[in-house]
Amino acid sequence: MTEASALRARAAPAKAAEGSFSGGFAWAMARDLRIAWRHPDEAVLTVAFFALVASLFPLGIGAEPQLLARIGPGVIWVGALLAAFLALPNIFASDYIDGSLEQMTLSPHPAIGWASGKIAAHWIVSGVPLTLLSPLIGLQYGLTPDTLVVQALSLALGTPVLSLLGGACAALALGARGGGMLLALLALPLFVPILIFGAGAAEAQATGMTPMPHLSILLAALIAATVGLPFAVGTAVRIAVD
Amino acid sequence: MTTAKHRSGLPIVLQGRDLACRRGPALLFSGLDFEVSGGELLCVRGPNGCGKTTLLRCVTGLTRLDRGTILWHGESALRDPERMRAGTAYAGHLPGLKDDLTADENLEFALRLRGAGATAARRREALAAVGLEKRQRIPARRLSAGQRRRIGLARLFLDPAQLWVLDEPLTALDDAGQALFLDLLDRHLANGGLALAATHHRLAPPSGVVRELRLG
Repeated sequence: MTEASALRARAAPAKAAEGSFSGGFAWAMARDLRIAWRHPDEAVLTVAFFALVASLFPLGIGAEPQLLARIGPGVIWVGALLAAFLALPNIFASDYIDGSLEQMTLSPHPAIGWASGKIAAHWIVSGVPLTLLSPLIGLQYGLTPDTLVVQALSLALGTPVLSLLGGACAALALGARGGGMLLALLALPLFVPILIFGAGAAEAQATGMTPMPHLSILLAALIAATVGLPFAVGTAVRIAVD
Repeated sequence: MTTAKHRSGLPIVLQGRDLACRRGPALLFSGLDFEVSGGELLCVRGPNGCGKTTLLRCVTGLTRLDRGTILWHGESALRDPERMRAGTAYAGHLPGLKDDLTADENLEFALRLRGAGATAARRREALAAVGLEKRQRIPARRLSAGQRRRIGLARLFLDPAQLWVLDEPLTALDDAGQALFLDLLDRHLANGGLALAATHHRLAPPSGVVRELRLG
């Protein structure tokens, strides 16, 4: 038994395990980004869906520049919101099925750390590409350069809130039958305020007003969600694996 | 804090007092007491559906007890759950492996999650010890059930946890794999570790004390 004798030759590692917020955060982010890198199709599909939905409207409504410039910010935001929603079920579902969530719950790292890390990774894979693509889509609607910048800014502030809210809903829907439908019913109404202020920012800029109030509210929502929601995710996951 | 002594003379590390758990309408166990000290293996036995897995999950804290307390080094596990979690490695029915990651990456992330990093050389050594030397770079989805279990063995090999909680640890392992597991377990017990295992097999590691807990 050569394998067994190789085992016997080693002494047990003496260092005790230790957990920390940053350890859990870095762990979850590195792991989920590596998995996303192995399977880029999901991120590509999210972005393609966004581009397609946002491009369908000019085709359906007709090429009337003033009307397009008027509806552009709202349509782009709805498209980004739906694309971000499509990517949601995968945040926790596969980890739930293969037992990774059990191991995370039992790790010495606090749940708030790895929950934040997973949501941050989800945002990098879905929210960041959507934000970067939005100026290009905005050109189709004839938005002015100022409006394009404000649009991208509002998405940069708003999409992480969508990831945080959606992550909490996805964790709550774990293990429920018909989880996908339940997730839509839970998450989409919660997205409404973000949609209103996100689309409102670019619209204010387009009509010559300052977008600052809208952007400030988005920033406030982002701060509140960053502080509160990872904790909720941890609790929801703990209930789901029970 | 009480530092109760076990009848073997060693300090008790893990203790369950008056445990009760019900799942739905069924009362799985109640008034259950056990104690385990370093170097001991406690085998949980009983027919299918008697609550072996539930008991193990209750000890780790995954499932909530309806009554009773788990004491870790004499202190309630509820009071300082992080401390107990840091000292406990759980190997349940679900492997916790990602199909898209290689055997080595799975091992790396599993250990980092436990707060115990291991160098690439140590991981290679552990994978070689469990017979996955030539499978390190293969995605886990292309490994057989037994080979996937062996990644779990490599994790136990490198995990510094004092307590192992093992649910049917011999499932899907061939004869060599079972011998390998027994050897790992033996080494763990010899180093003062303790283990709680639900199994239908007879586990007889040469060193360490084996005791039984009957359910149902």
